[in-house]
Amino acid sequence: MSQIATDREIDRSKMAVSDEIAIQINKMNKWYGAFHVLRDIDMTVQRGERIVIAGPSGSGKSTLIRCINRLEEHQKGDIIVDGIELTSDLKNIDKIRREVGMCFQHFNLFPHLTILENCTLAPMWVRKTPKKEAEEIAMHFLEKVKIPEQADKYPGQLSGGQQQRVAIARSLCMKPRIMLFDEPTSALDPEMIKEVLDTMVELAEEGMTMLCVTHEMGFAKQVANRVIFMDAGQIVEQNEPEEFFNNPKSERTKLFLSQILGH
Amino acid sequence: MSDTHAQTVAYVRDTMLPEQAPPTTAAGPVRWMRDNLFSSVLNTVLTLLSVYFLWVVLSLVLPWVWYGSWTASSLKECREVVADLGLAHGAACWSVIAERYLQLIYGFYPAELYWRANVTFVLMLVALAPVLYPNLPRKMLWFSVLYPFLAFWLLWGGTLWTPIVAVAGFVLAYVAFEVLYRVAGSLVGVIAAILVPVIWWLLLAAPVANGLASVIPLAIEPVESAKFGGFMLSIIIGVTGIALSLPIGILLALGRQSDLMIVKAICVGFIEFIRGVPLITLLFVASTLLNYFLPPGTTFDIILRVIIMVTLFASAYMAEVVRGGLAALPTGQYEAADALGLDYWKATRLITMPQALKISIPGIVSTFIGLFKDTTLVSIIGLLDPIGLTANIRADANWNGIVWELYGFIALMFFIFCFGMSRYSMYLERKLKTGH
Repeated sequence: MSQIATDREIDRSKMAVSDEIAIQINKMNKWYGAFHVLRDIDMTVQRGERIVIAGPSGSGKSTLIRCINRLEEHQKGDIIVDGIELTSDLKNIDKIRREVGMCFQHFNLFPHLTILENCTLAPMWVRKTPKKEAEEIAMHFLEKVKIPEQADKYPGQLSGGQQQRVAIARSLCMKPRIMLFDEPTSALDPEMIKEVLDTMVELAEEGMTMLCVTHEMGFAKQVANRVIFMDAGQIVEQNEPEEFFNNPKSERTKLFLSQILGH
Repeated sequence: MSDTHAQTVAYVRDTMLPEQAPPTTAAGPVRWMRDNLFSSVLNTVLTLLSVYFLWVVLSLVLPWVWYGSWTASSLKECREVVADLGLAHGAACWSVIAERYLQLIYGFYPAELYWRANVTFVLMLVALAPVLYPNLPRKMLWFSVLYPFLAFWLLWGGTLWTPIVAVAGFVLAYVAFEVLYRVAGSLVGVIAAILVPVIWWLLLAAPVANGLASVIPLAIEPVESAKFGGFMLSIIIGVTGIALSLPIGILLALGRQSDLMIVKAICVGFIEFIRGVPLITLLFVASTLLNYFLPPGTTFDIILRVIIMVTLFASAYMAEVVRGGLAALPTGQYEAADALGLDYWKATRLITMPQALKISIPGIVSTFIGLFKDTTLVSIIGLLDPIGLTANIRADANWNGIVWELYGFIALMFFIFCFGMSRYSMYLERKLKTGH
């Protein structure tokens, strides 16, 4: 596991957490066929919270965050995002997806569109933003992720780290209230991980509600205000990062941490 | 460059090497020939053999083509003219083409109305241009949309009110959808958009068109379908089939991937049935059987029937080609579109379908080419496409026994169309390439 910590100075005072609830998950269960992937997940996310979800592969952490914007369907329990309950009602799903941005391990940029078009597409077609305004928004966020000069290129012409930053900008263009990250740095070369993490740290500093599945423990220590450890489809342990890393309670967590931090 | 410290084992580069142009010996025709034609003894032998083979073939074919007679009035006369040339293998009798080319192009379309077919053809190129070359102004697409109706009127003649009334059906569908969509939701809107024009076309269109025609005729001389033939017929069937089979194929491909059980079952059933049946049987159904299923006394144009069958046949293949493209897309593309909040139709139209179509360009164009060549099968049910006309021409006592020149000419014409399509698809693939 790479452990490149970002070297930015973090002003934690800015990263306030409000009392308002962003995501509420009650007794949520999911099966793939007969395989019980997620078991009785209970979780509350406050607005402004930054949560890192860690765990061994196959523990259900990606599936969990993919349930939050209904890329995966849960079979039991409730998920309430931004006050809207996720059911099979398509209107609600669309409403939630508009407010929840997501970044994927493999970026999933649209290769047939330029960087700028990637960023303006959803605002124009989902939010009905006029083209000119959408382009201004897109350029604003591309500047934020520090690649405005690539706007007219195609995704295939960019490096992995640049593509992931574009993917973040593309999500931000929808002005989401919650951001989900599904292993955003796992497909990147070590040199590029830092540029993506820096972008994410910056986002955290602005008070974005973030759920991040990652193996970057440096990132977790630096910006998370809660680390959730999952194994075998359950939440095994959750705590503030300091406590979580220095004082793990469960044997499973200790084993996991010794394996990823031990070398 | 003395940028290394040769005396020590440890190595530090203190100047980075600049980029350099490749050596000049890497280019030029001599170099090319050495690399591609004479790179080894075996390749040299193969090159020489190929050159010899080409020489033999061309030395036989080219004089045959070049010294052919264009003026003789019958095969017998032609053979005599050619024999006088004293060539070892004779020469071609192109005079059959010179005499019958108008028929091969227009069939039995009245000669004084050839201009209508010509205008239709030129307008077809105008209508195709904005579809093929996206750089042209998008407003030209309006003409492309109206072109089929105009072409129908120009070719078949009759009153202009028939195509106008047909277009009116689409306008009514749009109005019905817009009005009811706002009042009663999208489902009612879609149903109305289907029902209203169908009722219009079946019940009201004909009387309205006749009524208007009796006031202001706006008519040109009608030409019946039996007079259509030659390459004109091939192009009518081929181009209509191509234009319709792509959208139908796309819908079938989407239907086959749909989560809706009934839609999926219908699409799979349709595709598998059509693909499991030879085109020729469908054409026979179109020419004979279909009449048994229609109310007595209805006349249903034979060319229209054939176009429908050819289109259905090609769209089943098209659906599978497009499905291949959709299946080749990484699931991440679907997920990213979903995660951004795009609904199914927007995601399909903006994200997945453009990419799937791009992947399937070679397959799509192959299907188009196949369809265009399959139009020659209509000769079997008695339509006078170029192949159908050959029987006619060869039955003429003057040209009895001619084979190579006639079929060679038809093959050449088909080759030009198909090769054009193939080149266009390669241009499109290059143009749409966005990776490295």
